[in-house]
Amino acid sequence: MSRLELRHVCKAFGGLEVLADISLRVGAGEFVSILGPSGAGKSTLFRLLTGAQHGDGEMFFDGTPLDNHGRHFAFMPQRDALMPWRRILDNVTLGLEVQGFRRKAARARVAPLFAEFGLAGFERHFPAQLSGGMRQRAALLRTVVQERDMLLLDEPFGALDGLTRTAMQRWLEQMWRHHRWTALLITHDVREAVFLSDRIYVLSARPARIAREIKVPLPRPRGPGGDAARQASALEAEILDIILNPGLSPQPPEGYDHD
Amino acid sequence: MVPSSSSRSRQLAGLFAKAAPAVISVGLLLLAWELCARYSGIKPTILPAPSRIFAQAMLNREALVDNAIPTIRATLFGFACSLSAAFALSMLVDFFPPLRRALFPVFVISQTLPLVAIAPLVVLWFGFGLMPKVLLVALVTFFPMLVALVQGYEATEAEIGQVLRAMGAGRWRVFVLARLPSALPYFFAGLRISITYAVVGAIFAEYAGAAKGLGIYMLNAKNNFRPDLVLAAVGVSAALTLVLFGLAVLLQHLAMPWEQADRQGQGKGP
Ligand SMILES: Nc1ncnc2c1ncn2[C@@H]1O[C@H](COP(=O)(O)OP(=O)(O)O)[C@@H](O)[C@H]1O
Ligand SMILES: [Mg+2]
Repeated sequence: MSRLELRHVCKAFGGLEVLADISLRVGAGEFVSILGPSGAGKSTLFRLLTGAQHGDGEMFFDGTPLDNHGRHFAFMPQRDALMPWRRILDNVTLGLEVQGFRRKAARARVAPLFAEFGLAGFERHFPAQLSGGMRQRAALLRTVVQERDMLLLDEPFGALDGLTRTAMQRWLEQMWRHHRWTALLITHDVREAVFLSDRIYVLSARPARIAREIKVPLPRPRGPGGDAARQASALEAEILDIILNPGLSPQPPEGYDHD
Repeated sequence: MVPSSSSRSRQLAGLFAKAAPAVISVGLLLLAWELCARYSGIKPTILPAPSRIFAQAMLNREALVDNAIPTIRATLFGFACSLSAAFALSMLVDFFPPLRRALFPVFVISQTLPLVAIAPLVVLWFGFGLMPKVLLVALVTFFPMLVALVQGYEATEAEIGQVLRAMGAGRWRVFVLARLPSALPYFFAGLRISITYAVVGAIFAEYAGAAKGLGIYMLNAKNNFRPDLVLAAVGVSAALTLVLFGLAVLLQHLAMPWEQADRQGQGKGP
């Protein structure tokens, strides 16, 4: 049973066709990535999901059409979008505050999570006082405490340096194994997609179509080294091939018959 | 984190270090003036020396204070009026953007009106009391504040708005939680500029006609061939402007504690 399902979603800005034909599904407790080059239209897809913009095609959540007021998603944008004027604690409770929680109740609810997110002791700091990795974790914490049905993560580690990014990917994989969020991740990092996902949708360049759907059968936990790492490398090579040689007729995505 | 007392005193020391060049340059300017007035042979009724101005200011301090009070009152009252109006209108413009195109040309024109022409008219219409001063102060400060606020709202990071809306926040919520705080740096930049205009506006209005005030005091001193007293009043108005400016800076520090955090940018941990 899939939670989120998109059928033939399209979006154009004036004459600029950005999303040509996007059909995908995300199952309960599944971690799915959308992998595509910069400017392909990935963020646009999330703007359609959060209702910030409108496009064509059909979007369903738990089988019912997604209206713009349906609050199924907790959204983490490409930049952390922490409010510089709020302390980390107040940034993290923002979603709960909007939901109508009292400040005290909201704080009580997030307090125990600070340690798990590596933010203990930084509750009273302003975002500018934190490193990039910590800011991303704070933004992620702000996203997950909303306890929505599904996480939408838009290139959460795109702005980080390579080492920090790898550390954050490992940390997120571990967090996901504990919490089993239903998650849709946008990324342009092949390794990140393979490392974190159960399934990957590879997008073509703009106008974006699903070029391929790829299952990632690697066992978890996904540490470095070993057999799994070799398998992962092979998968990464295959995906890179799809992206860099789009001429080699892409297979239609599995599980989809275009009616 | 609350800054410890040692970091406070370090901040204070830094402030003095920053103020030192200004103090030195103003001091040198006054010194050159003093020497010029003493040894050039220009009569003190034309160019009084700073020492003479200061001495005369001390002798006439009661009259100066007496005249400064209405000016301060007009400045603050006029500024409060223009601030409330600018705030109300900025919100209206933010919620109904077409209003902006309808209203801004009018305000731009209001900024091109020469004060020399407007001040006497406003005094003619509203008399010698507080009202015409308040109006003129409001006229010169309203538009800069409005522009600062509207620009500030628009500087809100798009992603912050998107996150809030995805959380379920309506327009009003987005305004209060994101757009208003985003506008604070712009607001204070506008405040620092406008507060200096405000003093000038008040003095101009008084110059055009008033029972009391620094402006009318200057006019009378000039008519009595007392440039020393004119300049003493100028000194008082400059001091007043500096104090208001300082208050605006202080207010900004208090209202935006994260700014210091921004500047320190400690960058801790992975
Ligand atoms: N509001 C908009 N109006 C016009 N063009 C837009 C708008 N938003 C995005 N685009 C265009 O759509 C394309 C895809 O943008 P985006 O979804 O942000 O890409 P990605 O996230 O994959 O890097 C870009 O070429 C961008 O210029
Ligand atoms: Mg993007």
